Amino acid sequence: MDAAKTLTLPADWRDFFALTKPRVMTLVIFTGLCGLLAAPGDIHPVLGFTAILCIAVGAGGAAALNQWWEADIDAGMKRTRERPLPAGRMDRESARDFGFALAGASVMVMGLANGWLAAAILAVSIFYYAWIYTVWLKPRTPQNIVIGGGAGAFPPLIGWVAVTGHVTLMPVLLFLIIFFWTPPHFWALALFVQTDYAKVGIPMMPVVAGEKATRRQILAYAVFLLPLTLVPWFIGGTGLVYGLSALVLGLVFVALSVRVGLRTSVPDDGMKPEKRLFGYSVLYLFVLFAMLVADRIATVQGWQA
Amino acid sequence: MNPNDDHLSPAESEAYRARQRARSKVLGLILGALAVLFFAITIAKMSVHASGQM
Repeated sequence: MDAAKTLTLPADWRDFFALTKPRVMTLVIFTGLCGLLAAPGDIHPVLGFTAILCIAVGAGGAAALNQWWEADIDAGMKRTRERPLPAGRMDRESARDFGFALAGASVMVMGLANGWLAAAILAVSIFYYAWIYTVWLKPRTPQNIVIGGGAGAFPPLIGWVAVTGHVTLMPVLLFLIIFFWTPPHFWALALFVQTDYAKVGIPMMPVVAGEKATRRQILAYAVFLLPLTLVPWFIGGTGLVYGLSALVLGLVFVALSVRVGLRTSVPDDGMKPEKRLFGYSVLYLFVLFAMLVADRIATVQGWQA
Repeated sequence: MNPNDDHLSPAESEAYRARQRARSKVLGLILGALAVLFFAITIAKMSVHASGQM
């Protein structure tokens, strides 16, 4: 590059912020907070805030490392090519160093403030997303989303452990709920953006196994998710507020998945049921976890047994 | 790249400095917030220990 002709500015701080995928972070913060609020026990508000901050910053670090690794792939997809690295607004080393700094700092602070078990799970979740999912699974197997969904499933587990200090069945169930929610959520999206993934050689389910198999699997996961979300109620970990909410929310999820699962798309049909399922899946998770907290409040207040 | 290099026009030099200033400000704010956070964590940990919750 001729430095006399091209001025390379230092990356804008807003691009560093964009590297943390702020929109994904909102869901991470929310589910982490719900895990923290639904856990039995008390946590000092400052330490609770620190736990959520560390979960968010850790997720941001993992997102930065993901984009450092995938800059070439992102450049080939319409949805991602305006990200700071593929758009050329930042050099790769800055993204890498930023990602490692956020990841390291979040784990250290969490260890000091909330205990080393929560910090260790946070470290595992960052490693899971940035290495096991991004580097290892995503380019290799159409099951990438299934196993990679684990990365997004950690926040409520970490939030819960930050309060209680140990792992029990309830936080593991919260982990499993997000784990099994992710494939139908993401494959609904992949169905209407599949051309992009095909172009950059990422083996997304619709690209590799075909649309029909993907639709069947979306339905299968949605049907399995319904009883799974009811387990916290059956084992007495939650009360009626959560149980009935999970039942209604899950039935709607299954109904929308049936529409997606049993149809075949024709060219230019708009993919409306898939878009509706994707939109609903986000709402579903938000409301389900909010109800988990509402259930805990109802129990503490003595409104339910 | 050094903004003092004489091959940069005054406008380019100013753009470079403006970017550096913005980054420094944000970094300063983050470091300040971290100092406050560590202080608050310390106080919170001490109060939790004092009340015998841990």
